[in-house]
Amino acid sequence: MPLETIDLNVTIGDKQILNNMTIKLERGEVLILMGPNGSGKTTLAFALLGHPKYQINKGKIILDNNDITDYPTYQRALMGLGLAFQNPVEIPGLRLSMLLNAIQMKKSGSSFDISSIDPKLIIWARNKARELGLQPSFLEREVNVGFSGGEKKRSEMLQILTMDPKYIILDEPDSGLDVDGIKLIGETIDSLRSAGKGILIITHHAEITKFVSPDKVMIMSKGKIVDEGGIELIKKVEEYGYKDYEGVQ
Amino acid sequence: MGSPIELAKDKELKEIVENKGIEDILGKSVPYPKDIEIKGKITKDIIEEISKSKKEPQWMLNLRLKALELFEKLPMPNWIAGVESIDLEEFAQYVKPKVEVAENWDQLPDWMRDMYSRIGLPETEAKVLSGLTAVFDSENIISRLKDELKQKNVIFMPMDEAVQKYPDLVKEYFGKEFPMADHKFAALHYALWSGGAFVYVPKNTKIVNPVEAFFIIGGEMEGQFEHTLLVADDNSSFGTSYIHFIEGCAAPVLRNYSFHDGMVEIYAGKNSQVYFSTLQNWSRSIINFNNKRAIAEENAHVEWVEGSIGSKMTYTYPSTVLRGRGASTKNISIGISNGPYIKDVGSKAIHAAPDTKSMIISKSISSNGGIATYRGLVKVLKGAERSFSHVQCDSLILDEKSQAYTLPRNEVDEPTAIVSHEATVGRLGEDQLFYMASRGIREGEAKALIVNGFIRDVLKSLPLETVSILTRVIGLEFSELGSVG
Repeated sequence: MPLETIDLNVTIGDKQILNNMTIKLERGEVLILMGPNGSGKTTLAFALLGHPKYQINKGKIILDNNDITDYPTYQRALMGLGLAFQNPVEIPGLRLSMLLNAIQMKKSGSSFDISSIDPKLIIWARNKARELGLQPSFLEREVNVGFSGGEKKRSEMLQILTMDPKYIILDEPDSGLDVDGIKLIGETIDSLRSAGKGILIITHHAEITKFVSPDKVMIMSKGKIVDEGGIELIKKVEEYGYKDYEGVQ
Repeated sequence: MGSPIELAKDKELKEIVENKGIEDILGKSVPYPKDIEIKGKITKDIIEEISKSKKEPQWMLNLRLKALELFEKLPMPNWIAGVESIDLEEFAQYVKPKVEVAENWDQLPDWMRDMYSRIGLPETEAKVLSGLTAVFDSENIISRLKDELKQKNVIFMPMDEAVQKYPDLVKEYFGKEFPMADHKFAALHYALWSGGAFVYVPKNTKIVNPVEAFFIIGGEMEGQFEHTLLVADDNSSFGTSYIHFIEGCAAPVLRNYSFHDGMVEIYAGKNSQVYFSTLQNWSRSIINFNNKRAIAEENAHVEWVEGSIGSKMTYTYPSTVLRGRGASTKNISIGISNGPYIKDVGSKAIHAAPDTKSMIISKSISSNGGIATYRGLVKVLKGAERSFSHVQCDSLILDEKSQAYTLPRNEVDEPTAIVSHEATVGRLGEDQLFYMASRGIREGEAKALIVNGFIRDVLKSLPLETVSILTRVIGLEFSELGSVG
């Protein structure tokens, strides 16, 4: 059962950003979506999650055979769609541990009780944080407030691991990380694939592919998919850039 | 997590998203019998009539008349928003409900006892308080003191009664901490004051459980001018505990506005410790002025906690004058403006002696078009050597329609003083809500989480009984936010 977009058109205000986007992501596979800045990659991620500013005026989003095109964001998340943001916003006043606790509460379907803290989850989160190269005390910081670029990527991954979604969209998971950081994220992605998750990696320079070998690669330009293939496409982009795709219709 | 107190606090925090507000509980105002109602332009005759009905000594009448003169002379404060909409001549200046002062809850008429039961006051009193007095409109209607305090010779009674029974003691302190010439509404308060609480804690006395005064305004177009005077004599909390005074306020939903112009004066003698908490949850029909000032003598410590939740407009700036060497004060305010309402609150610390310390923490939350303003002053006089002050103002704005302002002022005339200020503004917008939603968390749940996180740290530093009441009161505001379904 895949995550699919079928002929998706997305606009922000009057501006059309995505044009007949059709992609398919199977579980247990890593799909890399590459494209220059401004090609609409993040728009796709936000549209998949149903950001209110991104209007879908044509096409469908299908999650495990359910048409979720009109579903609210929280419901898509609860159905198994997870997004690691490229630039996550600061959430004032909310500590990461409390967010993870809330994520767990929603995932398990128990009643939403902000004062009930699951000690097992906190212990699990501390260990995961350590594995991702974060101090356990990091969990007590306000979400994304004063986080470095690398801390943001690690925190996003920690939240994804807590959500345990079926499909994971990673928007630029390697930006702002050093080589060790990229390796760590790459290994995490690999193990998520082994666990049967469908993974969509959005990136413009593909550093991450040094550590994760993709099953599929798609190239995006000006809101469209312009090429599709295997790892050889990454080599092509690394060598020649996106120039060749600019004129493609 | 862990200790019984923290677990209890977590339990209380849970109520933030579950409880209904006092406004819902009291519902709409209903007519009730009154003995006296004095309305119209405030004149010498009115003041004399009030004083006579209270059988006051001459000195108190003189004080009132002097205040009236000042009220007429002083200009309308021009720095507060919305003040021009108050027409003082429209309000009833004095309202005495038809009730005999009771010692027990069952002596109150049914309609009134019912109101207090709905707020849960008799239950709170039985469980955690060592004394309670309640003011309805202009008069105290019940006053209770447990044996624990009687045995220690603590005086706790309605302010009016204290004027009769302890004239010398009252005369020594009344009007000395908060001068009537301070501003127009302070003068008005002294001219018309009625009801309130008097507390005197003798030297070397410890009080374990808190005392509380609870104020209700029952009808519309009336003014409430209660006066609370707390005198903590030297060493009066020596040891591990402190004197804790809780103030609560509520009103039913009125068809028109009412006006509250209360006052609190605290005298903290040498080495005493006083903790004063206010849980303000007036209905949206109340325009609320609250004048609060403490004087702290050598090594005394005064803490103010202001939970400012309800009312249409609130103006309150609890202040401490650090008059003795080594005196200290902590001032915590939590203000919530949920809806098109104004909270103009803040704190003042006047350092008038060496080695004095002040710590001011303000947390404001505005949503649904609310306006939250912090307005504060730290003043260090020349000679207040090695004084230390820190002000922390955090604002949380929950939507695009709401606003928060921070207006701190420092006046430092002492070169050895250390004065610092920090301010943060958190804004919750579409992007934050989308981020939370992408984790499966709905808008109401996200707001409840964020509000909870924002005030949690400051709640943890408060006494349990304050947290208990405060979270219940805050619960109302965000009850709709926590709902799932």
